[in-house]
Amino acid sequence: MKSTREKVPVIDTDIHNTLASPESLHPYLSERWRKHQTMIGGRGHAGSNYPRGMPHAARHDAWPPSGLSPGADLAFMQEQLLDAWDFEYGVLNPLMGGSGLNLEYVAAIARAINDWQVEEWTTPEPRLKASIVVPYEDGELAAEEIHRRGEDPNFVQVLLIARTDEPLGRRKYWKIYEAATQYDLPIGIHFGGTGAGPITGAGAPSYYIEDHGGMPQAFQTQVISLVCEGVFERFPTLKFVLIEGGFAWFPPLMWRLDQSWKKLKEEVPDLKKLPSEYMKEHFWLSSQPVEEPPKREYFDLLLEQLNARERLMFATDYPHWDFDAPDRAFPTSLAPDVKRRIMSDNARELYKL
Amino acid sequence: MDTWDTKPSFVRSDLPLIDCDIHNRVPSLGTLYPYLPDFWVEYCSTSGFGGPEMGDYPGGAPTSALPDTKPEDGPPGSDLELLREQTLDFWEADYGILNCAYWVQTVHNEYLAAALATAANDWQVEHWLDQEPRLRASLVVSSQNPLTAAQEIERMGDHPGFVQVLLPVRSLMPYGKRHYDPIFEAAARHNLVVGIHYGGAAGIPPSPSGWFSTYLEEYAGAGQIFQAQVISLVTEGTFDRFPDLRVALIEGGFTWLASVMWRIDKEWRGLRHITPWIKRLPSDYMRDHLRFTLQPMDAPPDPKQFLRMIGQLDSDDMLMFSTDYPHWQFDSPEEALPMGLPESLMKKILAENAREFYQL
Amino acid sequence: MRKKRGNFADLEPLIPPTTLHTIQLNLMAKHVVATVDEIPPGERKIVELEGRSLGVFNIDGEFYAVRNICPHQGAPLCEGRLTGLLESDVPGEYRYTRKGEILRCVWHGWEFDIKTGQSWWNPAQKRVRKYPVEVEDGATVASGLQKGPYTAETYSVSVDQQYVVIDMPE
Ligand code: FES
Repeated sequence: MKSTREKVPVIDTDIHNTLASPESLHPYLSERWRKHQTMIGGRGHAGSNYPRGMPHAARHDAWPPSGLSPGADLAFMQEQLLDAWDFEYGVLNPLMGGSGLNLEYVAAIARAINDWQVEEWTTPEPRLKASIVVPYEDGELAAEEIHRRGEDPNFVQVLLIARTDEPLGRRKYWKIYEAATQYDLPIGIHFGGTGAGPITGAGAPSYYIEDHGGMPQAFQTQVISLVCEGVFERFPTLKFVLIEGGFAWFPPLMWRLDQSWKKLKEEVPDLKKLPSEYMKEHFWLSSQPVEEPPKREYFDLLLEQLNARERLMFATDYPHWDFDAPDRAFPTSLAPDVKRRIMSDNARELYKL
Repeated sequence: MDTWDTKPSFVRSDLPLIDCDIHNRVPSLGTLYPYLPDFWVEYCSTSGFGGPEMGDYPGGAPTSALPDTKPEDGPPGSDLELLREQTLDFWEADYGILNCAYWVQTVHNEYLAAALATAANDWQVEHWLDQEPRLRASLVVSSQNPLTAAQEIERMGDHPGFVQVLLPVRSLMPYGKRHYDPIFEAAARHNLVVGIHYGGAAGIPPSPSGWFSTYLEEYAGAGQIFQAQVISLVTEGTFDRFPDLRVALIEGGFTWLASVMWRIDKEWRGLRHITPWIKRLPSDYMRDHLRFTLQPMDAPPDPKQFLRMIGQLDSDDMLMFSTDYPHWQFDSPEEALPMGLPESLMKKILAENAREFYQL
Repeated sequence: MRKKRGNFADLEPLIPPTTLHTIQLNLMAKHVVATVDEIPPGERKIVELEGRSLGVFNIDGEFYAVRNICPHQGAPLCEGRLTGLLESDVPGEYRYTRKGEILRCVWHGWEFDIKTGQSWWNPAQKRVRKYPVEVEDGATVASGLQKGPYTAETYSVSVDQQYVVIDMPE
């Protein structure tokens, strides 16, 4: 393959920023919640301890010389990621603050994280755009936060997580969709979370490879639920981004849902068209972790089935260990126009950058 | 079944056929009374206990039964005559494998569950296996307690009519956990396949994110539970502990399999050190030890693409023909097999793969 | 600090190399890259030679050089953590040997044998072929370059007097 020598702009749709320490949020918390944070802290669904392969699930070379945690040092992130690869934009998805049992506290933390993101990330580094962290297990509190930040150009999406207490199509989450629709913000569903039960429908597995490699199961759950509950009939302009879920499972799920729906459609009369139509219309996918099939033609077929040209968006997942490098992520050669779309055009359009 | 008057083109005298998923159904709890000890009969008839939970096929759902499969008395799949006529005779099958999805696992009283399993198996011998030589059956076992399950496998495992131990895909813990080893050990020792089948009710949500609102979601979503079981069996080293073990995945679909192979292979390259007993690519274990029944066949609209998808499994051995009778999976018999299969692959899917796997 | 990774002009050959070209060992240029004291046992030094970044490792007094690019996605492989070879015959039993001789890639954690450059994620694959190795002045020399799936490039290293010398193919 000859290089096209054409500079392809890159937008990274999944970057993780994190706190230097829990105290980093103090300036953004009220006295009450500061106290709560020091005294009790976050409490969640305990019991999903899958020891990982590496601390902070981080790339070994992502520890900043400053001694901060991976993802906590903006200068180092600029140097190692944004400048090194010359990114046009990066979308921040902080993986904290959205979940927990004390929802009032979660709401306060989410608010603080959003303020912290503007103050310490997107303002000093305009190439970064942030996702609105919301206390997603409470639709009303979450909507409140979306209303607070919905018009703010520092934010480009609302952030939810793949493992939730209930499937995301259920009514308790609809307030989130209503608010997001109002500001035309896409909703990102990111890898992770601990729902109210075991991490698989077959119970609690044992190993990190099952936790990490099994995450597509949660994404399938959410797509099934969002489609079948008629969320898109109710909110026809709503857009979802499936972040860090992989994507090879997406086409088979379209066929599976269509097949089942053909027989059972009377149960869900709100649906006006094939489930796959909703999937094609309302979902975008981030690329990382790119599946690596043994043969290149398999990957090409997958891209075709996925309509990757329109729906796939490049992501690194920096600073995590399953990082995908912009120049080597795809186990195939992409046609120049497809490459452009995946590497940046799709994200630029969706996030209105 | 008017559309069923014409036989599909692949039912030919020179093409053997094995149907790997036929459901024989225990018509009612009372059916099992002759096979239960007296005290359990008394308990069942005086306690208000109605039998295992059977929510997997809602009575009125079109998927639950093909038209005209309901015998005069009893639910679809409960009458041998009708079943014989509509499955074995219609498809001119050499063999049909019965999967009695009588989920005793949903009964938390483990000894009652074990007694029901024993009764169901004795009923299967008398009413099905002894009556029809083309039928083979699957053992009902109380797998929530692997010790009692293993005892039942021990009791019946050498009966030539049983070729499989049946587990519901929904479990309290994934099946790779060593907790379940007694079941796999006994199955391997008696040269039985372990079949993991759609359904069950383990008391935990059927997804990583809670309970679905609709049956459609639950049915379509079952694929991800199968994925969890496949990943568990491989990563826990079940096939390293039982190198001869064969596992059939039944009524869970298979078009998702390639995505799992690629994903878990990729994961393992970086996380090998956490499960160092996995010595080969996880997808190799899958190809060696797993087989999938054909229905439900979640095909892409373009048949050519479907053939390419099947090609992506990198194996011609993994698919086995099934009708899932009496459940409604396809509208005309011709649709029971992917279109345009090369003859050699068609032979394998129709019978050869199952013959080898179940050693028929 | 790592330098900029180019201007990102070419997002191409996206296929990870399944084989790396082997390099003839008879055309070599010798480069002094360190004094022996600089790299004590268990340590490494990353050096720049003829535009290539290499990691020079001291394993129990023997020196090995590995190309600082992971054959998977191009990570700076040699900044990775050193580990041993973990094997298991039965789930739950662990056999840990060759401590410090395996390099785990900084990104996705693929494991490489520093002495041969071979990746360990596919141990079922046949052992890769060995190439003749030059030995100078009785000093220890690393094994040569290997062919095979996902092999990191290794280079010959010898200890000449007090210097670590790398034979770079020309
Ligand atoms: S770049 Fe992926 S393992 Fe090294």
